[in-house]
Amino acid sequence: MLLEVRDLHVEFHTRDGVAKAVNGVDYSVDAGETLAVLGESGSGKSVTAQAVMGILDVPPGKITRGEILFQGQDLLKLKEDERRKVRGARMAMVFQDALSSLNPVLSVGDQLGEMFQVHRGMSRKDSRAKAVELMDRVRIPAAKERVGQYPHQFSGGMRQRIMIAMALALEPELIIADEPTTALDVTVQAQVMDLLAELRRELNMGLILITHDLGVVADVADKIAVMYAGRIVEQAPVHEIYKAPAHPYTKGLLESIPRLDQKGQDLYAIKGLPPNLLHIPPGCAFNPRCPMAQDVCRTDEPPLYEVTESPVPRASACHFWKECLHG
Amino acid sequence: MADLSKNDEAVAAANEEALVAAIDAPVERGEPILQVRGLKKHFPLTQGILFKKQVGAVKAVDGVSFDLYQGETLGIVGESGCGKSTVAKLLMNLERATAGEVFYKGQDITKLSGRALKAVRRNIQMVFQDPYTSLNPRMTVGDIIGEPFDIHPEVAPKGDRRRKVQELLDVVGLNPEYINRYPHQFSGGQRQRIGIARGLALNPEIIICDEPVSALDVSVQAQVINLMEKLQDEFNLSYLFIAHDLSIVRHISDRVGVMYLGKMAEIGTDSEIYEHPTHPYTQALLSAVPVPDPEARAHRERIILTGDVPSPANPPSGCSFRTRCWKAQEKCAQEVPLLAVPSVFKGQDTPAAHFSACHFAEEKQVVPAH
Repeated sequence: MLLEVRDLHVEFHTRDGVAKAVNGVDYSVDAGETLAVLGESGSGKSVTAQAVMGILDVPPGKITRGEILFQGQDLLKLKEDERRKVRGARMAMVFQDALSSLNPVLSVGDQLGEMFQVHRGMSRKDSRAKAVELMDRVRIPAAKERVGQYPHQFSGGMRQRIMIAMALALEPELIIADEPTTALDVTVQAQVMDLLAELRRELNMGLILITHDLGVVADVADKIAVMYAGRIVEQAPVHEIYKAPAHPYTKGLLESIPRLDQKGQDLYAIKGLPPNLLHIPPGCAFNPRCPMAQDVCRTDEPPLYEVTESPVPRASACHFWKECLHG
Repeated sequence: MADLSKNDEAVAAANEEALVAAIDAPVERGEPILQVRGLKKHFPLTQGILFKKQVGAVKAVDGVSFDLYQGETLGIVGESGCGKSTVAKLLMNLERATAGEVFYKGQDITKLSGRALKAVRRNIQMVFQDPYTSLNPRMTVGDIIGEPFDIHPEVAPKGDRRRKVQELLDVVGLNPEYINRYPHQFSGGQRQRIGIARGLALNPEIIICDEPVSALDVSVQAQVINLMEKLQDEFNLSYLFIAHDLSIVRHISDRVGVMYLGKMAEIGTDSEIYEHPTHPYTQALLSAVPVPDPEARAHRERIILTGDVPSPANPPSGCSFRTRCWKAQEKCAQEVPLLAVPSVFKGQDTPAAHFSACHFAEEKQVVPAH
């Protein structure tokens, strides 16, 4: 297994109290595999990714429990200078907003080349040549001419390509893409997602795709982890989850997508709001919004039940997953 | 002499009175309430500091025509920069049009002023995209929703306002007791409800919604969409619904217009556009939308457009889509295609016979039928 996150807990100490952002997350991704992490804002999907990358703001953030095994090695036990060798070189991240993630006063060539200067000790000239090569790889036209240009001279889609190029620079084994196409138009989104999928195949990388878009997930993911209030509530191979969700939250999300035969009718809407992380409801965090909730849901936190074993395990954190799956 | 000018004033006042009356007159369901003809907005590009000279123009909206019927929802889709939000501002009269007309019940609102314009503004309201920045953080919810009454006191007399605001809160599904709270005490979905309540305050006939749900979480979007549909039936509203999420637009719209680079590429009923698109841009746009069905992954044909949208300061000659179009020929560079029923479909009784601005329009199904 390339990456395994086990029982991860992350808290944020704020003025108003302790916000429990991540409450026991387990997931894994193998080389050449795409894991989609799906969730709304505040579900803890990005915080988990930041903990894996080692870019969590500490303080106020704090990892209170858990392991992050990267090829068997627990990253949380590494010293900062050892961690730095992993970050960027062996795992890399693509952020949502390319314009604010790029330095506006450095040319894209300088920013791409920096990777090689810092991690590989290359000269300026050599790193520049590498930068052009990378830009070619992510299919930016006229790379040689554009390498000296600044981020504002590129369009949104091209900027996101530069972010991807930067993540790919040192040929990492794992890429984490946090909402890579949310800021882009659909036609450009399709280009960027295709590029990511193609590069993943070519380089046999593991890809963790963080998103809130059920359509994007269906297009590219192999397996999917649905997060709610800092926990994984359902985990499954992508084909199965769309056919028959085993958690009422996943079911609600899928049903709230407008469908053709529902025209003129009300959309299915999950009632209520996502919980405040300072006051997560006792029992199952989803119980105040759940149409299937019973007394047990308000008192006992459901464990992650095993739904099916092979070939890819399927799990659901719902006391009534059987009813959900078959009803 | 003095008598004559007094007479002129009386005539002007009577004219204005007649205009306001025309603007407030009801429109039958299914009749056009808003007719947009050749609407253009060019933002000048200037050079120099002291003596600014115009060196060009950003053609944000470049000749858009459509009708909005009473009681319907017209969806407008397109990529960022295609001019859809500028159209919204022009219809609200927040921007002066460079050319073209907007007829509201037969009156050209781009030429109105004074009381007549004020009456129009009361009848056309707007709901904005971002519920976090479109509400003043220092005003209470009651002040925000009641502010339109300060400008149009005839709608709600002073003593009656608090009750009216509470009624509006109830209508959009918020607790009327929240009247003294501030926007930061609400979630995104609730704030958007406040924005909708403000839009409803003056009993408008048309509401222009500029990306009303795109800033909301997936599970909350459906709630707001349902609310908007309910309000439309209840108050007999006409919506101009601007969004980039094609599946939501399809759900809520009766008709859909597709914009590209300041022009309308194709317009028709929702099934004409989604099931029988004839413009290559519409086809590409629809095919690029990720479908939430992993089974469709294998047998779905996707049209991936190459390149980026050209700059509206320097749009291509002829058809503005030709630089990214796989069908483009010599003719496309020379002749601007008109928005009309394409000649191949003329007179035929087929859903493909709707307005499409393409020289080589042909039908192509890109959305898998459910």
